[in-house]
Amino acid sequence: MDYILSIIILACINMIAVLGLSIFTGFTGLFSLGHAAFVGVGAYTSAILTYYYYVPFPLALAAGAAAAGLVSLIIGIPTLRAKLRSDYFAIAILGFGEALRVVLENLEITNGARGLPGIDNFTTFPIVLACLALGVFFARNFLRSRWGAACIAIREDPIAAEMAGVRLFRTRLLSLVVSAVYCGLSGGLLAHFLSFIQPVMFTLVQSTQLLAAVIAGGMGSLSGPLIASFVFIGLPEALRVAQMWRLVAYGLLLVLIMVYRPQGLMGYSELSSFFKRKSNPGGRVQP
Amino acid sequence: MWPGLFLQTLITGLSIGGIYALMAVGYSLVFSVLNFSNFAHGAVIMLGAYVGLALASKLSLSFGIVLAGSIAGAGLIAVLNEKLAYSSLRRRKAPSLYLMISAMGCAVFLENLVYATIGSRFYAFPEFFGRQVISIGGSSVSLLDVGAFLFALVAILGLHLFIKRTRTGIAIRAGVSDMTMCSLMGVDLDRLIAIVFLLAGGFAGVAGVFLGIKYLVYPTMGWVTNKAYIAAVIGGLGSLPGALAGGLILGVVETFVSSYISSVMRDVFSFSLLIAFLVWRPNGLWGTDSEEKV
Repeated sequence: MDYILSIIILACINMIAVLGLSIFTGFTGLFSLGHAAFVGVGAYTSAILTYYYYVPFPLALAAGAAAAGLVSLIIGIPTLRAKLRSDYFAIAILGFGEALRVVLENLEITNGARGLPGIDNFTTFPIVLACLALGVFFARNFLRSRWGAACIAIREDPIAAEMAGVRLFRTRLLSLVVSAVYCGLSGGLLAHFLSFIQPVMFTLVQSTQLLAAVIAGGMGSLSGPLIASFVFIGLPEALRVAQMWRLVAYGLLLVLIMVYRPQGLMGYSELSSFFKRKSNPGGRVQP
Repeated sequence: MWPGLFLQTLITGLSIGGIYALMAVGYSLVFSVLNFSNFAHGAVIMLGAYVGLALASKLSLSFGIVLAGSIAGAGLIAVLNEKLAYSSLRRRKAPSLYLMISAMGCAVFLENLVYATIGSRFYAFPEFFGRQVISIGGSSVSLLDVGAFLFALVAILGLHLFIKRTRTGIAIRAGVSDMTMCSLMGVDLDRLIAIVFLLAGGFAGVAGVFLGIKYLVYPTMGWVTNKAYIAAVIGGLGSLPGALAGGLILGVVETFVSSYISSVMRDVFSFSLLIAFLVWRPNGLWGTDSEEKV
């Protein structure tokens, strides 16, 4: 039972990060291959605070999330202001994520590549569940706000959106910061659940896994990526045999989705729209 | 800073830069035609190295045959990769981001397939060149480094001539400037793109063998291609002379940073260089205009 619970907790922690990336990639239309670095920043910041400075856990979590948001400004301001082509942006943020990992590996306070062992085990199931619920609530409201509408407009057509008066730079930057805060929160929870973190836990592979969940779930849906991320974490653990082949399947899945179903599992619709008729919150008008 | 060390650093930098250039050429070639970042290029390089390794250690063939086998193997893998993962996206004119994600998926798939089947062990090539050393201006350089550098120069020059002089080369250049027009003129696009991937894969095979001999062969070795993206961006994506120059510049600058400033900060430096170029000079030093069209 403990084992199953721990998998559910891990899946929920992952879902928080996926939720953030979904706002950025799914609803604003910018691809990131570096969001695991923000998870890393959140994990290290909060872990260092509780480990060395005995800061209370909720405060450390908030600090981790805030630190991830701040770090995202470093890469976001120059690249988003320059209005990079979308694939250049993905490469730039990939480079940023890798650079950040190298920095984490060489700092004194992070204990380098050996990692930080013995972080206190503060993350419990109710806390994770509360964070996730809060995250879903905020994301839903954000996407229904003016800012969310602006994000979706940019995803659909950045040039038309800009002509209609949407400020591209500000909106994209806001979306990036919000997504980084989600990732930072997820990192803080992760660090205090596993009680051991290491820079290799936050590499391009993890960024790809986050992106895979968003793409598989559907770009333009919140519930789709959540389901996908739960399945991605839960299924290989449940089957156990597939441990070795999990990443093989991830890769294959990405290719298959792009080739056969680029709109993902849920497309632009939400889970709730199956129960209600004619409801299409936050998505685009379907043909 | 005494001149001996300076020269040694420069030569080491050039030899690493030569390998970066070999990787960047294949990456840049695909980018120039299909206009997307082929993240699977690193995986093709890795597979090329494994093909070479199998030929060298299982069949103990000579260096020339190993290199040829690896070029052919990696070339075929690249063509197959295009047919399976990109061609249908290309035909329905999907956004280049979809192609990029598909490429990312291929990279993850191939790399972990090797993990799951061959394993994560590090393999070394048998010693082809021994530890022979040449002395240039008082500093010693290994034969492999010089060979890799010269081979890279000759191969890239050859490719350049191929693209400038032959009929197929002209078709490739026509495809770069306008795909639809090119196909209206009677060029078989599927064949053309297969040739482009064959060439890119061939270069990946060469890069894989040299990387494998210089370092080791292991499933994640393809991630060195991150450096090739940086080299291609510095030189200007889609430009062959740019890829060569970018590779050499990056190799030299990196080696100087790691020997005179700090070796751990080398990668941070390279990635910062990448971001700086993307932000301030996205077309690189030699690139053509690449604004996203409305």
